Amino acid sequence: MTHEHKIYLKKLKRNRLIIIISQISLLIIFLTLWEVLSRLNIINSFLFSSPTKVFKTLVELYQNNNLFNHIMRTTYEVIVSFILCGIISFILSLTLYIFKTLKKILDPFIMVINSLPKVALGPLIIIILGTNTNSIIFNALLISVIVTTITILNGFLSCDTEQIKLFKILGASKKDTLFQLILPSSRIYILSSLKINISMNLIGVIMGEFLCCKEGIGYLILYGTQVFNLSLVMCGILLLSLLSIIFNLIINKLEKNYSIE
Amino acid sequence: MKLISISNLTKNYHTKTKEIEAIDNISFDINDNEIVSIIGPSGCGKSTILNILTNIDKPSSGSIEKKDNLKIGYMMQNDCLLPWLTVFENATLGLKLKSIKNKENIDYVNSLLEKYGLKEFANEYPRNLSGGMRQRLALIRTLAIKPDILFLDEPFSKLDYTTRLSISDDVFKIIRELNISAILITHDIKEALMLSDRIIVLSKRPAIIKDIITLEYNDTLPSEKERTNNYEEITNSIWELINK
Repeated sequence: MTHEHKIYLKKLKRNRLIIIISQISLLIIFLTLWEVLSRLNIINSFLFSSPTKVFKTLVELYQNNNLFNHIMRTTYEVIVSFILCGIISFILSLTLYIFKTLKKILDPFIMVINSLPKVALGPLIIIILGTNTNSIIFNALLISVIVTTITILNGFLSCDTEQIKLFKILGASKKDTLFQLILPSSRIYILSSLKINISMNLIGVIMGEFLCCKEGIGYLILYGTQVFNLSLVMCGILLLSLLSIIFNLIINKLEKNYSIE
Repeated sequence: MKLISISNLTKNYHTKTKEIEAIDNISFDINDNEIVSIIGPSGCGKSTILNILTNIDKPSSGSIEKKDNLKIGYMMQNDCLLPWLTVFENATLGLKLKSIKNKENIDYVNSLLEKYGLKEFANEYPRNLSGGMRQRLALIRTLAIKPDILFLDEPFSKLDYTTRLSISDDVFKIIRELNISAILITHDIKEALMLSDRIIVLSKRPAIIKDIITLEYNDTLPSEKERTNNYEEITNSIWELINK
Protein backbone atom coordinates (compact mmCIF):
# COMPACT_ATOMS: atom_id res chain seq x y z
CA MET A 1 0.00 0.00 0.00
CA THR A 2 1.43 3.38 -1.04
CA HIS A 3 1.78 6.27 1.39
CA GLU A 4 -0.74 8.27 -0.65
CA HIS A 5 -3.32 5.45 -0.41
CA LYS A 6 -2.75 5.23 3.38
CA ILE A 7 -3.48 8.95 3.67
CA TYR A 8 -6.63 8.52 1.55
CA LEU A 9 -7.90 5.67 3.77
CA LYS A 10 -7.08 7.67 6.91
CA LYS A 11 -9.07 10.61 5.53
CA LEU A 12 -12.05 8.35 4.81
CA LYS A 13 -11.90 6.91 8.34
CA ARG A 14 -11.65 10.40 9.87
CA ASN A 15 -14.67 11.66 7.90
CA ARG A 16 -16.72 8.66 9.04
CA LEU A 17 -15.66 9.23 12.64
CA ILE A 18 -16.60 12.93 12.44
CA ILE A 19 -20.08 12.01 11.18
CA ILE A 20 -20.66 9.41 13.94
CA ILE A 21 -19.35 11.72 16.71
CA SER A 22 -21.52 14.58 15.39
CA GLN A 23 -24.60 12.35 15.33
CA ILE A 24 -24.02 11.15 18.92
CA SER A 25 -23.27 14.71 20.08
CA LEU A 26 -26.51 15.99 18.52
CA LEU A 27 -28.47 13.29 20.35
CA ILE A 28 -26.74 14.07 23.67
CA ILE A 29 -27.33 17.83 23.22
CA PHE A 30 -31.02 17.20 22.45
CA LEU A 31 -31.51 14.92 25.49
CA THR A 32 -29.58 17.27 27.82
CA LEU A 33 -31.51 20.32 26.62
CA TRP A 34 -34.80 18.45 27.04
CA GLU A 35 -33.85 17.35 30.59
CA VAL A 36 -32.56 20.77 31.68
CA LEU A 37 -35.47 22.73 30.20
CA SER A 38 -37.91 20.33 31.85
CA ARG A 39 -36.20 20.52 35.29
CA LEU A 40 -36.01 24.31 35.13
CA ASN A 41 -39.71 24.37 34.22
CA ILE A 42 -38.97 26.32 31.05
CA ILE A 43 -41.02 23.71 29.21
CA ASN A 44 -44.02 22.07 30.85
CA SER A 45 -42.64 18.80 32.27
CA PHE A 46 -46.17 17.36 32.50
CA LEU A 47 -46.76 17.82 28.78
CA PHE A 48 -43.24 17.20 27.47
CA SER A 49 -41.97 14.79 30.15
CA SER A 50 -38.16 14.41 30.36
CA PRO A 51 -35.56 11.78 29.39
CA THR A 52 -35.19 10.60 33.02
CA LYS A 53 -38.96 10.25 33.41
CA VAL A 54 -39.18 8.32 30.14
CA PHE A 55 -36.33 6.08 31.33
CA LYS A 56 -38.09 5.49 34.70
CA THR A 57 -41.30 4.55 32.85
CA LEU A 58 -39.33 2.11 30.71
CA VAL A 59 -37.83 0.49 33.83
CA GLU A 60 -41.31 0.26 35.44
CA LEU A 61 -42.69 -1.39 32.31
CA TYR A 62 -39.79 -3.83 32.37
CA GLN A 63 -40.28 -4.60 36.07
CA ASN A 64 -44.01 -5.26 35.48
CA ASN A 65 -43.03 -7.71 32.72
CA ASN A 66 -45.03 -5.61 30.25
CA LEU A 67 -42.26 -4.07 28.17
CA PHE A 68 -41.36 -7.07 26.02
CA ASN A 69 -45.02 -8.14 25.63
CA HIS A 70 -45.80 -4.76 24.05
CA ILE A 71 -42.70 -4.78 21.88
CA MET A 72 -43.15 -8.39 20.77
CA ARG A 73 -46.82 -7.87 19.94
CA THR A 74 -46.11 -4.89 17.68
CA THR A 75 -43.03 -6.57 16.14
CA TYR A 76 -45.05 -9.72 15.38
CA GLU A 77 -47.85 -7.72 13.73
CA VAL A 78 -45.39 -5.65 11.68
CA ILE A 79 -43.42 -8.69 10.50
CA VAL A 80 -46.53 -10.68 9.53
CA SER A 81 -48.08 -7.76 7.65
CA PHE A 82 -44.68 -6.95 6.05
CA ILE A 83 -44.33 -10.51 4.69
CA LEU A 84 -47.96 -10.71 3.58
CA CYS A 85 -47.76 -7.28 1.94
CA GLY A 86 -44.55 -8.28 0.11
CA ILE A 87 -46.13 -11.48 -1.26
CA ILE A 88 -49.49 -9.92 -2.19
CA SER A 89 -47.93 -6.81 -3.79
CA PHE A 90 -45.45 -8.86 -5.79
CA ILE A 91 -48.17 -11.16 -7.18
CA LEU A 92 -50.47 -8.19 -7.87
CA SER A 93 -47.82 -6.13 -9.66
CA LEU A 94 -46.71 -9.14 -11.72
CA THR A 95 -50.32 -9.85 -12.73
CA LEU A 96 -50.90 -6.21 -13.70
CA TYR A 97 -47.62 -6.18 -15.66
CA ILE A 98 -48.41 -9.36 -17.60
CA PHE A 99 -52.08 -8.56 -18.25
CA LYS A 100 -51.90 -4.99 -19.55
CA THR A 101 -55.66 -4.79 -20.30
CA LEU A 102 -56.47 -5.83 -16.73
CA LYS A 103 -54.18 -3.02 -15.54
CA LYS A 104 -56.13 -0.53 -17.68
CA ILE A 105 -59.45 -1.86 -16.32
CA LEU A 106 -58.27 -1.66 -12.69
CA ASP A 107 -56.39 1.67 -12.98
CA PRO A 108 -59.27 3.93 -11.73
CA PHE A 109 -60.11 1.53 -8.86
CA ILE A 110 -56.46 1.39 -7.74
CA MET A 111 -56.32 5.20 -7.88
CA VAL A 112 -59.44 5.51 -5.67
CA ILE A 113 -58.22 2.92 -3.14
CA ASN A 114 -54.79 4.55 -3.06
CA SER A 115 -56.16 8.04 -2.38
CA LEU A 116 -58.78 6.90 0.16
CA PRO A 117 -57.80 7.65 3.80
CA LYS A 118 -57.69 4.07 5.10
CA VAL A 119 -58.29 5.17 8.70
CA ALA A 120 -61.90 5.75 7.59
CA LEU A 121 -62.23 2.01 7.00
CA GLY A 122 -60.86 1.13 10.46
CA PRO A 123 -64.22 0.91 12.30
CA LEU A 124 -65.66 -1.18 9.45
CA ILE A 125 -62.75 -3.63 9.64
CA ILE A 126 -63.24 -4.02 13.40
CA ILE A 127 -66.93 -4.78 12.92
CA ILE A 128 -66.17 -7.35 10.21
CA LEU A 129 -63.04 -9.02 11.65
CA GLY A 130 -63.45 -8.27 15.36
CA THR A 131 -61.10 -6.65 17.85
CA ASN A 132 -58.15 -8.95 17.31
CA THR A 133 -54.73 -9.21 15.64
CA ASN A 134 -56.35 -10.07 12.28
CA SER A 135 -57.99 -6.64 12.21
CA ILE A 136 -54.67 -4.93 12.89
CA ILE A 137 -52.83 -6.90 10.19
CA PHE A 138 -55.67 -6.32 7.69
CA ASN A 139 -55.59 -2.63 8.52
CA ALA A 140 -51.83 -2.52 7.89
CA LEU A 141 -52.22 -4.39 4.60
CA LEU A 142 -54.90 -1.98 3.47
CA ILE A 143 -52.45 0.88 3.93
CA SER A 144 -49.34 -0.78 2.50
CA VAL A 145 -50.36 -3.09 -0.36
CA ILE A 146 -51.40 -0.56 -3.01
CA VAL A 147 -48.39 1.74 -2.56
CA THR A 148 -46.00 -1.23 -2.57
CA THR A 149 -47.71 -2.71 -5.65
CA ILE A 150 -47.45 0.59 -7.54
CA THR A 151 -43.72 0.86 -6.68
CA ILE A 152 -42.92 -2.69 -7.86
CA LEU A 153 -45.08 -2.28 -10.99
CA ASN A 154 -43.22 0.94 -11.87
CA GLY A 155 -40.00 -1.08 -11.59
CA PHE A 156 -41.29 -3.67 -14.07
CA LEU A 157 -42.53 -0.96 -16.45
CA SER A 158 -39.24 0.95 -16.35
CA CYS A 159 -37.28 -1.96 -17.83
CA ASP A 160 -35.21 -0.76 -20.81
CA THR A 161 -37.19 -1.32 -24.04
CA GLU A 162 -33.95 -1.87 -25.96
CA GLN A 163 -33.03 -4.72 -23.62
CA ILE A 164 -36.50 -6.25 -24.08
CA LYS A 165 -35.97 -5.94 -27.85
CA LEU A 166 -32.58 -7.64 -27.52
CA PHE A 167 -34.16 -10.55 -25.63
CA LYS A 168 -36.82 -10.91 -28.36
CA ILE A 169 -34.15 -10.95 -31.08
CA LEU A 170 -32.14 -13.54 -29.13
CA GLY A 171 -35.25 -15.73 -29.13
CA ALA A 172 -35.98 -15.53 -25.38
CA SER A 173 -39.26 -16.98 -24.15
CA LYS A 174 -41.63 -14.82 -22.07
CA LYS A 175 -40.52 -16.76 -18.98
CA ASP A 176 -36.84 -16.08 -19.75
CA THR A 177 -37.57 -12.38 -20.32
CA LEU A 178 -39.41 -12.21 -17.00
CA PHE A 179 -36.89 -14.09 -14.86
CA GLN A 180 -33.67 -13.05 -16.55
CA LEU A 181 -34.47 -9.46 -17.46
CA ILE A 182 -37.58 -7.87 -15.92
CA LEU A 183 -37.11 -9.15 -12.35
CA PRO A 184 -33.36 -8.52 -12.04
CA SER A 185 -33.64 -5.08 -13.67
CA SER A 186 -36.42 -4.12 -11.20
CA ARG A 187 -34.50 -5.19 -8.11
CA ILE A 188 -33.78 -1.58 -7.07
CA TYR A 189 -37.51 -0.83 -7.18
CA ILE A 190 -38.32 -4.07 -5.34
CA LEU A 191 -35.77 -3.21 -2.63
CA SER A 192 -37.08 0.33 -2.26
CA SER A 193 -40.61 -1.09 -2.09
CA LEU A 194 -39.46 -2.96 1.05
CA LYS A 195 -38.68 0.38 2.71
CA ILE A 196 -42.11 1.75 1.78
CA ASN A 197 -43.67 -1.56 2.85
CA ILE A 198 -42.08 -1.48 6.34
CA SER A 199 -42.92 2.17 7.07
CA MET A 200 -46.50 1.79 5.78
CA ASN A 201 -46.99 -1.37 7.85
CA LEU A 202 -45.65 0.36 10.97
CA ILE A 203 -48.22 3.13 10.41
CA GLY A 204 -50.97 0.57 9.75
CA VAL A 205 -50.17 -1.56 12.80
CA ILE A 206 -49.99 1.43 15.18
CA MET A 207 -53.24 2.79 13.72
CA GLY A 208 -54.84 -0.65 14.21
CA GLU A 209 -53.57 -0.81 17.80
CA PHE A 210 -55.07 2.63 18.43
CA LEU A 211 -58.41 1.30 17.27
CA CYS A 212 -58.67 -2.14 18.82
CA CYS A 213 -55.99 -3.52 21.05
CA LYS A 214 -55.05 -4.14 24.65
CA GLU A 215 -51.37 -4.68 23.93
CA GLY A 216 -48.63 -3.25 21.71
CA ILE A 217 -46.75 0.02 21.37
CA GLY A 218 -49.76 1.74 19.77
CA TYR A 219 -51.86 0.74 22.76
CA LEU A 220 -49.17 2.12 25.15
CA ILE A 221 -49.31 5.50 23.39
CA LEU A 222 -53.13 5.58 23.35
CA TYR A 223 -53.39 4.45 26.99
CA GLY A 224 -50.77 7.03 28.07
CA THR A 225 -52.81 9.77 26.37
CA GLN A 226 -56.07 8.63 27.98
CA VAL A 227 -54.63 8.66 31.53
CA PHE A 228 -52.49 11.77 30.88
CA ASN A 229 -49.30 9.79 31.50
CA LEU A 230 -47.26 11.59 28.85
CA SER A 231 -44.03 9.87 29.91
CA LEU A 232 -45.68 6.64 28.76
CA VAL A 233 -46.58 8.30 25.45
CA MET A 234 -42.97 9.45 24.98
CA CYS A 235 -41.83 5.97 25.97
CA GLY A 236 -44.09 4.47 23.23
CA ILE A 237 -42.74 6.91 20.66
CA LEU A 238 -39.16 6.04 21.66
CA LEU A 239 -39.84 2.29 21.33
CA LEU A 240 -41.51 2.86 17.97
CA SER A 241 -38.51 4.86 16.75
CA LEU A 242 -36.13 2.09 17.88
CA LEU A 243 -38.24 -0.55 16.13
CA SER A 244 -38.34 1.54 12.96
CA ILE A 245 -34.53 2.02 13.08
CA ILE A 246 -33.95 -1.74 13.48
CA PHE A 247 -36.26 -2.62 10.55
CA ASN A 248 -34.68 0.03 8.33
CA LEU A 249 -31.16 -1.13 9.20
CA ILE A 250 -32.06 -4.68 8.15
CA ILE A 251 -33.54 -3.43 4.85
CA ASN A 252 -30.55 -1.14 4.20
CA LYS A 253 -28.28 -4.15 4.66
CA LEU A 254 -30.41 -6.13 2.18
CA GLU A 255 -30.31 -3.22 -0.25
CA LYS A 256 -26.53 -2.98 0.02
CA ASN A 257 -26.10 -6.70 -0.63
CA TYR A 258 -28.44 -7.00 -3.60
CA SER A 259 -28.09 -3.75 -5.52
CA ILE A 260 -25.30 -4.12 -8.06
CA GLU A 261 -25.14 -1.15 -10.40
CA MET B 1 -26.54 -16.13 -53.19
CA LYS B 2 -29.39 -14.10 -51.72
CA LEU B 3 -29.72 -14.14 -47.93
CA ILE B 4 -32.65 -11.75 -47.72
CA SER B 5 -35.00 -10.55 -50.41
CA ILE B 6 -37.38 -7.69 -49.69
CA SER B 7 -40.15 -6.92 -52.19
CA ASN B 8 -42.56 -3.98 -52.17
CA LEU B 9 -42.27 -3.47 -48.41
CA THR B 10 -44.69 -0.93 -46.98
CA LYS B 11 -45.23 0.04 -43.36
CA ASN B 12 -47.86 2.35 -41.92
CA TYR B 13 -48.23 3.36 -38.27
CA HIS B 14 -51.58 4.21 -36.74
CA THR B 15 -52.18 6.85 -34.09
CA LYS B 16 -55.48 8.11 -32.64
CA THR B 17 -55.54 11.05 -35.03
CA LYS B 18 -53.84 9.83 -38.20
CA GLU B 19 -52.12 7.13 -40.18
CA ILE B 20 -48.39 7.66 -40.70
CA GLU B 21 -46.80 6.20 -43.80
CA ALA B 22 -43.28 5.17 -42.69
CA ILE B 23 -42.03 3.05 -45.59
CA ASP B 24 -43.37 3.14 -49.12
CA ASN B 25 -42.82 0.23 -51.48
CA ILE B 26 -39.17 -0.65 -50.87
CA SER B 27 -37.43 -3.56 -52.59
CA PHE B 28 -33.83 -4.75 -52.28
CA ASP B 29 -31.74 -7.88 -51.73
CA ILE B 30 -28.91 -8.72 -49.36
CA ASN B 31 -26.36 -11.15 -50.79
CA ASP B 32 -23.75 -13.39 -49.24
CA ASN B 33 -20.59 -11.70 -47.93
CA GLU B 34 -21.62 -8.12 -48.47
CA ILE B 35 -22.03 -5.12 -46.24
CA VAL B 36 -25.01 -2.98 -47.13
CA SER B 37 -25.63 0.37 -45.49
CA ILE B 38 -29.07 1.91 -45.28
CA ILE B 39 -28.75 5.64 -44.99
CA GLY B 40 -31.34 8.35 -44.71
CA PRO B 41 -32.51 11.28 -42.60
CA SER B 42 -33.50 10.80 -38.94
CA GLY B 43 -36.92 9.19 -38.50
CA CYS B 44 -37.19 8.02 -42.11
CA GLY B 45 -37.83 4.40 -41.09
CA LYS B 46 -34.35 2.88 -41.27
CA SER B 47 -34.67 1.02 -37.96
CA THR B 48 -38.23 -0.01 -38.88
CA ILE B 49 -36.78 -2.09 -41.71
CA LEU B 50 -34.57 -3.98 -39.22
CA ASN B 51 -37.50 -4.37 -36.81
CA ILE B 52 -39.53 -5.95 -39.60
CA LEU B 53 -36.64 -8.21 -40.60
CA THR B 54 -36.31 -9.43 -36.98
CA ASN B 55 -40.10 -9.96 -36.63
CA ILE B 56 -40.38 -7.29 -33.92
CA ASP B 57 -42.65 -5.33 -36.24
CA LYS B 58 -45.02 -6.52 -38.97
CA PRO B 59 -45.10 -5.01 -42.46
CA SER B 60 -48.32 -3.47 -43.72
CA SER B 61 -47.72 -5.10 -47.08
CA GLY B 62 -44.95 -6.63 -49.15
CA SER B 63 -42.94 -9.80 -48.76
CA ILE B 64 -39.68 -10.78 -47.11
CA GLU B 65 -37.87 -13.95 -48.03
CA LYS B 66 -35.03 -15.16 -45.83
CA LYS B 67 -32.61 -18.04 -46.35
CA ASP B 68 -33.68 -21.09 -44.32
CA ASN B 69 -32.44 -21.04 -40.69
CA LEU B 70 -30.87 -17.63 -41.17
CA LYS B 71 -29.13 -16.68 -37.91
CA ILE B 72 -29.28 -12.96 -37.20
CA GLY B 73 -26.89 -11.07 -34.90
CA TYR B 74 -28.15 -7.65 -33.79
CA MET B 75 -26.02 -4.80 -32.48
CA MET B 76 -27.83 -1.73 -31.23
CA GLN B 77 -27.02 1.90 -30.52
CA ASN B 78 -26.92 1.06 -26.81
CA ASP B 79 -24.73 -1.83 -25.77
CA CYS B 80 -27.67 -3.25 -23.74
CA LEU B 81 -25.32 -5.04 -21.35
CA LEU B 82 -27.03 -6.39 -18.25
CA PRO B 83 -25.36 -4.75 -15.22
CA TRP B 84 -26.08 -7.69 -12.89
CA LEU B 85 -24.25 -10.18 -15.14
CA THR B 86 -20.48 -10.53 -15.43
CA VAL B 87 -18.64 -9.89 -18.70
CA PHE B 88 -18.60 -13.64 -19.43
CA GLU B 89 -22.29 -14.05 -18.57
CA ASN B 90 -23.17 -11.11 -20.82
CA ALA B 91 -21.10 -12.56 -23.65
CA THR B 92 -22.88 -15.93 -23.38
CA LEU B 93 -26.39 -14.49 -22.88
CA GLY B 94 -27.50 -15.37 -26.43
CA LEU B 95 -26.19 -18.92 -26.07
CA LYS B 96 -28.09 -19.32 -22.79
CA LEU B 97 -31.36 -17.96 -24.20
CA LYS B 98 -31.08 -20.11 -27.30
CA SER B 99 -30.12 -23.14 -25.14
CA ILE B 100 -26.89 -23.71 -27.08
CA LYS B 101 -24.43 -23.01 -24.26
CA ASN B 102 -22.22 -26.04 -24.96
CA LYS B 103 -18.47 -26.47 -24.58
CA GLU B 104 -17.73 -25.68 -28.23
CA ASN B 105 -19.65 -22.39 -28.11
CA ILE B 106 -18.19 -21.43 -24.72
CA ASP B 107 -14.68 -22.04 -26.09
CA TYR B 108 -15.57 -19.82 -29.05
CA VAL B 109 -16.75 -17.02 -26.71
CA ASN B 110 -13.56 -17.38 -24.66
CA SER B 111 -11.48 -17.08 -27.83
CA LEU B 112 -13.38 -13.91 -28.78
CA LEU B 113 -12.88 -12.47 -25.28
CA GLU B 114 -9.18 -13.22 -25.59
CA LYS B 115 -8.98 -11.71 -29.09
CA TYR B 116 -10.65 -8.46 -28.05
CA GLY B 117 -8.74 -8.03 -24.81
CA LEU B 118 -11.61 -8.80 -22.44
CA LYS B 119 -10.46 -12.20 -21.15
CA GLU B 120 -8.95 -10.73 -17.99
CA PHE B 121 -12.22 -8.89 -17.30
CA ALA B 122 -14.38 -12.05 -17.72
CA ASN B 123 -15.46 -12.04 -14.07
CA GLU B 124 -15.86 -8.27 -13.77
CA TYR B 125 -19.14 -6.40 -14.17
CA PRO B 126 -19.83 -4.08 -17.15
CA ARG B 127 -19.59 -1.01 -14.89
CA ASN B 128 -15.82 -1.57 -14.80
CA LEU B 129 -15.46 -1.39 -18.59
CA SER B 130 -14.82 1.66 -20.79
CA GLY B 131 -17.25 2.68 -23.56
CA GLY B 132 -15.16 0.96 -26.24
CA MET B 133 -14.80 -2.24 -24.18
CA ARG B 134 -18.55 -2.32 -23.56
CA GLN B 135 -19.26 -2.07 -27.29
CA ARG B 136 -16.69 -4.81 -27.97
CA LEU B 137 -18.48 -6.99 -25.41
CA ALA B 138 -21.80 -6.28 -27.16
CA LEU B 139 -20.11 -7.36 -30.40
CA ILE B 140 -18.85 -10.60 -28.79
CA ARG B 141 -22.39 -11.31 -27.47
CA THR B 142 -23.68 -10.78 -31.05
CA LEU B 143 -21.02 -13.04 -32.58
CA ALA B 144 -21.34 -15.78 -29.95
CA ILE B 145 -24.37 -17.26 -31.70
CA LYS B 146 -22.35 -17.48 -34.96
CA PRO B 147 -24.73 -15.37 -37.06
CA ASP B 148 -25.03 -15.53 -40.87
CA ILE B 149 -25.80 -11.82 -40.99
CA LEU B 150 -25.20 -8.87 -38.67
CA PHE B 151 -27.78 -6.12 -38.22
CA LEU B 152 -25.94 -3.02 -37.05
CA ASP B 153 -28.35 -0.32 -35.89
CA GLU B 154 -26.13 2.76 -35.50
CA PRO B 155 -23.83 0.81 -33.16
CA PHE B 156 -21.04 3.39 -33.18
CA SER B 157 -23.05 6.58 -32.79
CA LYS B 158 -22.48 6.92 -29.05
CA LEU B 159 -18.73 6.35 -29.19
CA ASP B 160 -16.00 8.98 -29.34
CA TYR B 161 -14.12 9.46 -32.63
CA THR B 162 -11.07 7.24 -32.00
CA THR B 163 -13.04 4.44 -30.33
CA ARG B 164 -15.54 4.57 -33.21
CA LEU B 165 -12.75 4.08 -35.77
CA SER B 166 -11.19 1.24 -33.78
CA ILE B 167 -14.53 -0.60 -33.27
CA SER B 168 -15.47 -0.03 -36.95
CA ASP B 169 -12.18 -1.71 -37.92
CA ASP B 170 -12.93 -4.65 -35.60
CA VAL B 171 -16.45 -5.10 -36.96
CA PHE B 172 -15.25 -4.79 -40.57
CA LYS B 173 -12.44 -7.34 -40.02
CA ILE B 174 -14.80 -9.81 -38.36
CA ILE B 175 -17.38 -9.56 -41.15
CA ARG B 176 -14.68 -10.22 -43.75
CA GLU B 177 -12.94 -12.97 -41.74
CA LEU B 178 -16.14 -14.87 -41.03
CA ASN B 179 -17.47 -14.33 -44.56
CA ILE B 180 -20.80 -13.09 -43.30
CA SER B 181 -23.07 -10.26 -44.42
CA ALA B 182 -24.18 -7.14 -42.63
CA ILE B 183 -26.80 -4.43 -42.82
CA LEU B 184 -25.61 -1.16 -41.30
CA ILE B 185 -28.19 1.45 -40.36
CA THR B 186 -26.61 4.87 -40.09
CA HIS B 187 -27.18 8.53 -40.72
CA ASP B 188 -23.45 9.13 -41.03
CA ILE B 189 -22.56 9.20 -44.75
CA LYS B 190 -18.83 8.82 -44.04
CA GLU B 191 -19.39 5.74 -41.89
CA ALA B 192 -21.50 4.15 -44.64
CA LEU B 193 -18.81 4.88 -47.24
CA MET B 194 -16.02 3.42 -45.08
CA LEU B 195 -17.77 0.18 -44.21
CA SER B 196 -20.04 -0.78 -47.09
CA ASP B 197 -20.07 -2.55 -50.40
CA ARG B 198 -23.43 -1.01 -51.27
CA ILE B 199 -25.32 1.98 -49.92
CA ILE B 200 -29.11 2.22 -50.07
CA VAL B 201 -30.14 5.87 -49.85
CA LEU B 202 -33.61 6.47 -48.42
CA SER B 203 -35.70 9.62 -48.70
CA LYS B 204 -37.53 11.47 -45.92
CA ARG B 205 -40.70 9.82 -44.56
CA PRO B 206 -42.39 7.98 -46.20
CA ALA B 207 -39.12 6.30 -47.09
CA ILE B 208 -38.56 5.34 -50.70
CA ILE B 209 -35.26 4.22 -52.22
CA LYS B 210 -33.63 7.23 -53.86
CA ASP B 211 -30.59 5.36 -55.11
CA ILE B 212 -28.45 2.28 -54.55
CA ILE B 213 -24.74 3.09 -54.81
CA THR B 214 -22.28 0.24 -55.33
CA LEU B 215 -18.82 1.03 -54.01
CA GLU B 216 -15.60 -0.42 -55.31
CA TYR B 217 -15.03 -3.64 -53.39
CA ASN B 218 -11.86 -3.72 -51.29
CA ASP B 219 -10.68 -5.01 -47.95
CA THR B 220 -9.10 -1.78 -46.74
CA LEU B 221 -9.90 -1.10 -43.11
CA PRO B 222 -12.33 1.78 -42.41
CA SER B 223 -9.70 3.74 -40.44
CA GLU B 224 -7.29 3.54 -43.42
CA LYS B 225 -10.03 4.56 -45.85
CA GLU B 226 -10.70 7.50 -43.54
CA ARG B 227 -7.13 8.68 -44.07
CA THR B 228 -6.61 7.87 -47.75
CA ASN B 229 -9.87 8.05 -49.67
CA ASN B 230 -11.49 11.16 -50.88
CA TYR B 231 -15.19 10.48 -50.86
CA GLU B 232 -16.16 14.10 -51.23
CA GLU B 233 -17.95 13.65 -54.56
CA ILE B 234 -20.02 10.64 -53.45
CA THR B 235 -20.71 12.27 -50.06
CA ASN B 236 -22.06 15.35 -51.80
CA SER B 237 -24.26 13.36 -54.16
CA ILE B 238 -25.71 11.30 -51.24
CA TRP B 239 -26.27 14.50 -49.27
CA GLU B 240 -28.17 15.98 -52.20
CA LEU B 241 -30.24 12.79 -52.61
CA ILE B 242 -31.22 12.74 -48.92
CA ASN B 243 -32.17 16.39 -48.83
CA LYS B 244 -33.90 16.58 -52.22
